[in-house]
This record gives sequence, structure tokens and C-alpha cells, in this order.
Amino acid sequence: MPTFGNGRRVAIVAGLRTPFAKAGTVLKSMSAIELGRACVAELIERTNLDVGQVQAIVFGTVIPSVLAPNIAREVALMPMLPKGVQAFTVSRACASANQAITDAADQIVLGHADVVIAGGAESLSNVPILHSRGLTDAFMTANRAKSVPQKLQAFTRVRPRDLRPIAPAIAEPSTGETMGQSAEKMAKINHIPRDEQDQFALRSHRLASAGTTDGRLTAEIAPLYVSPRYETVVTSDNGIREQTSYDQLAALKPVFDRMYGTVTAGNSSPLTDGGAAVLLMSESRARTLGYAPLAFVRSYAYAALDPGEQLLQAPVLAAPVALRRAGLSLRDMDLVEMHEAFAAQVLSNLAGFESKQWAERAGFPSPVGEVDRTRLNVMGGSIAIGHPFGATGARILTTLCQELGRRGGQFGLLTVCAAGGMGHAMVVERA
Amino acid sequence: MPALSVEVRDDIAVVTFDLPDASVNTFTRAAREEFTALLERLERDASLHAAVLLSGKPEVWIAGADVEELAALSTAGDAERLSRQGHELMDRVERLRTPIVAAINGACMGGGLELALACAYRVATEHPKTVLAAPEVQLGLIPGAGGTQRLPKTIGLRAALDMILTGKSVRPRRALQTGLVDEVVHPAILRDIAVTRARELAAAGGRNRLPRRNPSTSRGAAQRLLLDDNPIGRAVVFRQAREQTLARTHGHYPAPLAALEAVRAGYGGSGDRGFETEARLFGTVAASDVAKQLIFLFFASNALKKDAEGSGRPAPVDKIGILGTGFMGAGIAAIAAQRGIVVRFKDTDHGRVLKGLAAVRDVLRERLAKRQITRQEFEDQMSLVSGTTEYTGFANVPLVIEAVFEDLTVKRQVVAEVEAALPPGAIVASNTSTIPITRIAEASRTPAHVIGMHFFSPVPKMPLLEVIVTAQTDPQVTAAAVALGARLGKTVIIVHDSPGFYANRILAPYINEAGKMLDEGAAIDAVDRALVAFGFPVGPITLVDEVGIDVAGKSGHILADAFGARMAPSVSLQRVIAAGRFGRKGRKGFYLYSDAGKKQGVDPTIYALLPTGAQRSTIGDDEIQRRAVLAMVNEAVRCLEEGVLRAPRDGDVGAVFGIGFPPFRGGPFRYIDAVGAATVVRQLEGLNDRFPPRFQPADLLLDMARKDGRFYPK
Repeated sequence: MPTFGNGRRVAIVAGLRTPFAKAGTVLKSMSAIELGRACVAELIERTNLDVGQVQAIVFGTVIPSVLAPNIAREVALMPMLPKGVQAFTVSRACASANQAITDAADQIVLGHADVVIAGGAESLSNVPILHSRGLTDAFMTANRAKSVPQKLQAFTRVRPRDLRPIAPAIAEPSTGETMGQSAEKMAKINHIPRDEQDQFALRSHRLASAGTTDGRLTAEIAPLYVSPRYETVVTSDNGIREQTSYDQLAALKPVFDRMYGTVTAGNSSPLTDGGAAVLLMSESRARTLGYAPLAFVRSYAYAALDPGEQLLQAPVLAAPVALRRAGLSLRDMDLVEMHEAFAAQVLSNLAGFESKQWAERAGFPSPVGEVDRTRLNVMGGSIAIGHPFGATGARILTTLCQELGRRGGQFGLLTVCAAGGMGHAMVVERA
Repeated sequence: MPALSVEVRDDIAVVTFDLPDASVNTFTRAAREEFTALLERLERDASLHAAVLLSGKPEVWIAGADVEELAALSTAGDAERLSRQGHELMDRVERLRTPIVAAINGACMGGGLELALACAYRVATEHPKTVLAAPEVQLGLIPGAGGTQRLPKTIGLRAALDMILTGKSVRPRRALQTGLVDEVVHPAILRDIAVTRARELAAAGGRNRLPRRNPSTSRGAAQRLLLDDNPIGRAVVFRQAREQTLARTHGHYPAPLAALEAVRAGYGGSGDRGFETEARLFGTVAASDVAKQLIFLFFASNALKKDAEGSGRPAPVDKIGILGTGFMGAGIAAIAAQRGIVVRFKDTDHGRVLKGLAAVRDVLRERLAKRQITRQEFEDQMSLVSGTTEYTGFANVPLVIEAVFEDLTVKRQVVAEVEAALPPGAIVASNTSTIPITRIAEASRTPAHVIGMHFFSPVPKMPLLEVIVTAQTDPQVTAAAVALGARLGKTVIIVHDSPGFYANRILAPYINEAGKMLDEGAAIDAVDRALVAFGFPVGPITLVDEVGIDVAGKSGHILADAFGARMAPSVSLQRVIAAGRFGRKGRKGFYLYSDAGKKQGVDPTIYALLPTGAQRSTIGDDEIQRRAVLAMVNEAVRCLEEGVLRAPRDGDVGAVFGIGFPPFRGGPFRYIDAVGAATVVRQLEGLNDRFPPRFQPADLLLDMARKDGRFYPK
């Protein structure tokens, strides 16, 4: 049965990322563009890639730099790459890197390109602060004015309240709910108790810590020599708590609902800085250049639902579509990677996979099924590793493919929820 | 084929200067004749109302005089005559009824600048290669076609002196600010704008009566009024310029002072006296030995550059590996990144890599601070250098430079390791300064691909590169290394593998001799002063402090082992090393240094370590100079004799560019020719009687003395 590509398969040749660091810590001096450049440069080095082969770079980022919004192009304009490399930047909230990856895959399948680097980067330490409407209007008027007195006049209508800066909020425009509030709502609707969420968070940290110690997780990290001071090298994710205990997590106060809440800072993913990228090629080009791919894209799907309903539940709608497109079922998956925006969200997604109502809503006769916990997020997830919005999708794909290789597995499934009520799922296959 | 072609557009003559069979436009005799004929035509032809002068060369407008012709001038009289001819030509241009617009794209230097100044109007392009300069002093000359008169009149006294006395290049934007050019345009519209201005000039009645498109800033105008345009201010400026020049040249270079005198003779007064003085002084400097030596060095380094470009046309190296992220490795990485070369930058641990990247950043940041590169260029160049602690990213590296710890075992290990990661045919180059390349090559599977690339410290500033070849080195590999060196902006000499190679080997007996004079009781600053008076930029003892006393000691040891008694180090140096002093890097050596590293005075406590203690005696400057310099040049002759050097030219360029041998003396071999081989031998033998056997003259030198021979034809 035809799968994605209709015979022209997309190879995932390699993946690499920067270490992920909590916002405001060790990576705060680097912009998203610098993080993107660093991981793409190192990806090129580690794969000994002939830069003349690169045809496009697609990047995802959620909060772009106002001065250089096309981060992909700023990455592509690194001097070692040919100036003719195409580049565009995409945004699908937390699934932005996935969007970059599927767009890149589409270009390959269409025959428009044979070698594309896709990924994403985010620096939540460096969020642009906006002026108020009042102050912005004054600046624009002053810019257009011809004389100095006229320029000064433009500012006479500015009021004190106009001087307050606006920081981007992580709230859904249509509902006014922050993601944390949406996760709270989902925990309640899906009856996800506090202790289960904390246990899941603990699991994330324990497994990520083990992967760091034994080197499986750090194998996909390129040590980052932090510019511009070059006084620190970061070699692993600094959000992972090796020593954290259930009791410590249980002691945290809920953040988004003081009265009835269960979602805490400990069972949520932290604001994080980082970049990640994957090298995609057409199967034939990978062969010609002598690369042995990690895996191939078997299928993918996106889904959306009303953000006001359950903001982060859309993976439940995307997964069955991706599986059907792959001609496979959950049982066939040797590994499953699910983005952990919040423990409450993952647990809601997992419950949704088993739910008949959700299956019917997605247009399927039976539910996706119960995910074997021994195959789920085997090296932890975003709660422990961190979640740079634009980069996470590429990290998850890299982890999935590399771990599949280590285990000799054949099929893998990944899902990512995204603000705006969207979800993504992808099925990969080895050989 | 004529050099000038004229296309008439209505009433404007568009002249293109394209010297046949040459990459740059210069005022050869033939070109001057064509210009004279052109002027005649413009004078005669009433249908032509103005002219535009363009260049047919892509990156050069007019580079100046024909240096070969200048080199052939044998008397002051001939040179003065040439200058007067230049005056005549430029005067004619200036007085022409038909105004000429200089349409400048590319380098406008020397005589080219003088012609542009005589023209009625100057338009320049904002092309990266467009620069204006009066570089004559760099060849020991002064502007000879009116530059010392017209330049100050056009841009003011101080700005003109700055250009003339240093030979610095001025970029178009700056030239616009000072009034050196009247307009700056995009290259694509140069011709059209120039023609339009020519028409406007003709309509306005000739000499630059067009409205100033760029009136100088009020601050610049005030300064000009205060300093340049009144006699008292002028006197101050001239005195300062003279003092600064003397401080810089120590009186060894007559050209800048002559230029100053010519400017002074004409500025603020009547034109004629200035032009007369310029012609006379041009004659004097052009016939001087200093000019001869500087012109020789100019030709020699150009010839080496041509050799580098021509040899075998190896494939350009776009990526290199560097092993060892210390000071040298970082310096090499920085100059490579500046030129768009990808660098895989490896060391054994993260801490070292961090230090290396910080050092690369510092080098690039200096260029950013001086506005030589933009912020984006800085970021881009940094992105070319990727640090690692593993041998990843080497499978597509055609050439790797090892700059690891100066130890044979370590180097051999590193060579074996990296070869496993390199592609077949890759070149392994060593930056070692003391270890024979042949020994390092023993660890390689393909010794024919092992070569030395010896950079000098600090890498971004020191122009010399010694490419060290062994008996086994493949000539293609040599060609590739030389080409890379040239691409990195270095002047490259090829040296045969032997201890100390060339530059450090001839430096050693010079430093040893200085040390031996300390052994005998000479004062430290007296020795240094004497050699600075000879023309070195710093004295030998200061140099030891700069290089590192420990480094000098180690390298001296290796040479003593290789060459025996004549390279034996001085007692003074040995004792100071044993006392654990490092020199400037430890802020304490023979001299004391401030916290910031600025040299202060001789450390008086050091005399306690030296053989004669506090008791200092005087050795005359002449003797100090003779002993140190002859030790050096004698060793240079040995290098030539043994085939370490391929030619005397390489030795002269190597000594001047690598270890600061006074350029106005041309180099060790030029020096011997100037003094006379027989005289040098006699002086050496005299010294050898007093200090056998280290002043034994080299066999080749004895031979030359006997035959009354020279290294260079007269």
C-alpha cells in the first residue's frame, strides 16, 4: 500500500541538537539564530556533508526575532553554505520543527530537492519586548516627520500608561487561556490525578538522567561552546534532575489553579533555550553519497480542534490518521515518543488513545490503543529535557530514530501537541 | 596595442586606460607618451569640451609609476629629471582648457593619485577594491609628480601629511569626507555620472566650479582654519610630524622627512618653490641606497607571491583542520576564517577549545573594533570555526595543520591519530618551530604528504611563513601549502628541513651574541639601544623577553645540540632561565613590565644573576652591532650554502619579514653585498681571533671574498 512519498522515500540521515538549557541560564547569551547556526554547522561537520549538496534549510521558531524573522535564511547564509540555498521559516507552535521537517520531506517527495536540513531553535531568554500601541504610534509618526520640532511633537500625546512594555504571553488569543490553564482543564476533564502527574514527571527525569549517564541521550547533543564569552561549554541538558524525588514533586504548589489545581512547575515542561536539526535526503541521494539513513519517513498527519475545548489533545486525532496512512497499528510500533508539554497533557493524550469517543470523533471504528509504557519516552521527555518551542520536534525525531536503531526496532511513532489546538503525528520506519 | 582608447560621446572624450600585457595600469614610458599625445589632442580639438578618464582594469584605476623604471634610475639627476617631466605632464592636465574628470574604480595610488589631483573633478566608486593612497615612502621615495603640493592643497595639511608620511590607503567614504574625491557612486553608474559631470564642468567654464556635493563638516573646517591655514598652527603641525617621523624611523629612512620638507616648501606659499623642492628631493631619495633596498624587497616579495600563485595550480583549499587550539592554532584559525576558509578546530579537552575560540574571537573583534569588518561579517567568520574534542568532521579535510605541544612524541601521536580520520591524499602540515619535519613524518603512513608550515607569532600580524620541505615531500604538496600560505596573506619562502629552519636559526647566534656581551659586562639597555640604532624594531634582549625566555632557551638548546659550539648559549641566558623568569608573559624578564604588559625599565635586580654582577662595563655601539649582526648574516650564508635556502632573495625576505631585519638594509645578503664580502670576511676573522670558533666565516663567504663576488648583480 502506498505510503508517504509514493515510492520516493525520505531518509532521515542524521540529527543533532544543542544541549537544552532552562531559559535565563547558561545559554541566555545566545540568540535563536546563533543556536540554530551552531547546531546546523556541527551537523554538517559530523556528517562530513559536502555543503554543495544542501539545497534548502527549513526552520521552525515560535517567537521570531523582529530584526531577522526568517531564521532559516540567517542560518543558511552562514559563509560555508552556498548562497543559493533556499530557506524559509515556519510556525506551528510547539510542532514548528515538525512542520519544518514535514515541509522539507514534502519538497523531497515532490522532487524539488534531494538534500534539506530541517529543524528549529528557540531562545526564551531573549524574547522581544514590545512597545505599547501608544508609544509605537508616536515613534512611527516621528519617523515620518520632516523637522525636529515636528518629530518632538509626535511624543506629546504619549501617556504614562503607554510606557509600559508588553511581553509576549503564552496565552491563546482566542480563549485567553495560557497553556498551563488549558493543561489544568484537561487534567480535570480527563480525571488525571495529581499523583499520576508527579509520577510521570519523576519518570521523565529518571529516564532522561539514565540516558545522560549512559550516553544514549547525550549522543545526539553537540557540546556547545557558549558565545560570545567562550568561558563555558555545555554538554548536557541542565533541566534534568537526577536526584529529584516523588516527595519533592508532590510538595510543589499548583501554578495555574491555586484552589483545585494539579499542574505544577515540576510536572510541566520548563521554558528552555536550544536548537535542533535533522538532515533529510531522498533515499537515492543518500545512497549515492554513501550515507546509511537512521530511518525513513513512513507517514505523517496533522489535526486540529477547538482550542477552547481541550487545547493540547489534538495528537489523539492525528495519531490514528498517521497510522492508517502508514498501513500500521499501534501494536506495530517498537517505540513511541510523545512530547511532554505537561504530564497532564501526555496522560490525557494516552487516555484519549484508548477512548472510543475520541476514535469515533476521528472517524475510526476502534481506538488507537493502549501504549506499552515500556516503549514510551524511554529516555524521558520534554518535562525533564526541556522544551525550546521551535526545536522540540526535531529533538524528538532524532531521539526516536537513534533509539530505534539501538534497539533494532522497525517502526516508531511520535506525537506532538501544539498551542492553537493542533497536533502532529509521524510514523518512521527503519530499512 | 595602445594603452589609451578614446570614444567620443557628443563633445565628451571618454578615455579608457588599459595597459596591454599588464594586470595593473602604470605610467610606463609608452603610457606617458600616449597621455602626452592625448593632451595634445584635447588642446587642439575644439569640438571636445571635456574628458573622462576610466580604467579598463577591473580592480585598479592607476597604480602609479613603473617601479622597474624607478629601480633603473642610477643618479639623482636622472630621477630629478623624471620628476620634472611628471610635473610638466600634471601641470598640463591642470591647465587644460578641457576639464578632465577622473572616474576612479579600483586602486588609485602614487602617480595615479597625482594625476587624479590634477584633474578637474574626481568621482570614485564604493567598490571594495577602490582605495586612494600615496605609498611612495614605503619604497623609500616621495611623490614626484606634484603630490606633495596638490594633495595638501586639496585635503588640508594634516590629512595630506597623514597619507604621504605613512602611505596609508584611504577608502572612498573617507576620501569623500576629506574632499579627496568629490563624489562616490555605485560602480554601475560611474561612467554615466562622470560623463554628466564632465558636461556640467564644460558648461560651468572649466575648473571645478560645480556646487560642492559634500561640504566638509563644520568641525573639519574649524580644525583646518585653526591648524592648517595659519602660520603658527602650521609650524606646530610640521614640528609634530617631524618628531613623530623621527621617532618611528630612528633617522634611517630619509624619504618621509624629504616629503615633509617638500610639503613645507610649498604649503601656504607660492607653488613654484614647492615643486622645485619636490623634484630635487625626489632625485635625492630615488638615488639613495634605502630606496634601492626597499624597491628590491618590493620586487622580491612580489616574485615570491607570483611563485606561490603559479606553482602547479593546486586545487584551492576551502577547509582546513587545526590540531591544537593554543595561541598559534587560534591565530591560524582566525586568519583562515577571515578569508572564508572553514576550520575544524580540535584540542584534547573542552577547556582548551574554549580558550582557543576566545582567542579567535579576540583577533576578529579587533578588526570589528577598527571597523575593518561589520558585525555580521564578524559573526559569519566566527561561524566558520567549529570547535571539537573528537576527530569528527575530518573526513573531508584536505589539509590539517598541527600546532600542538612542542614535543616530538606528542606530535607523532597526533599525526597518526588524525591520519586515521583524514581522507586519502590529505596533507599534514606541522607548525613546529624546532622539531625536524622528517622526524614527525616518520609517524605518518604517507610521509610524502607531510610538510612544515611554520607561522610566526602573533600569526595575524607577522607576514612570514616558512614552508619546510623534506627530501620526501611531494612537490604537489609543497605547491598546495605555498598556495594556502599565500591565500592566508603570508609571504612564503620554501626552506629545506633542518634544525631551526631559517629565521629562528639565524636569530639564535644574534641573540646568543647579545647574551655573551652581557656575560662580558655590557648593560642590557645599551645592547638593545645599539641594535635598535642599527635598524631593528626592538633590541635582542627585549625580543627574548617578548618571545619568552623559556622558549628562547629551549630553542637555543636544540640549535646548540645540532650545530655545536658556534650556537652555544650565553651564560647570562642560562642563568636567567634557571632563575625561572619568563619575560613579558610573566611580567618579569630582563625588563620589568606593568600589569598591562607595558615594558618599563631594565630590572636592576637581574644583574645579580649575570656573570659580572652589578659591575657593568661599556662596549661601544659599533662593536655591539658588528658582533650581533655578523653572527646573524654569517649564519644566513651557511643556510644558503647548505641548501636550506633556495636563493639569497628568500633569505633577505625571510629575515626582513620574519625577524625584523632592517628593511632599509634589504636583508642579510644585501647587507653583505653593500659592505663587501671581503670586508665582512675580514671583520669576521677579526672577531674569530678574539672569540674562536664561533665567528668562523662560512665557506661560501670565504669563496665570495676571494672572487670578489656578490650575491646580487650590481
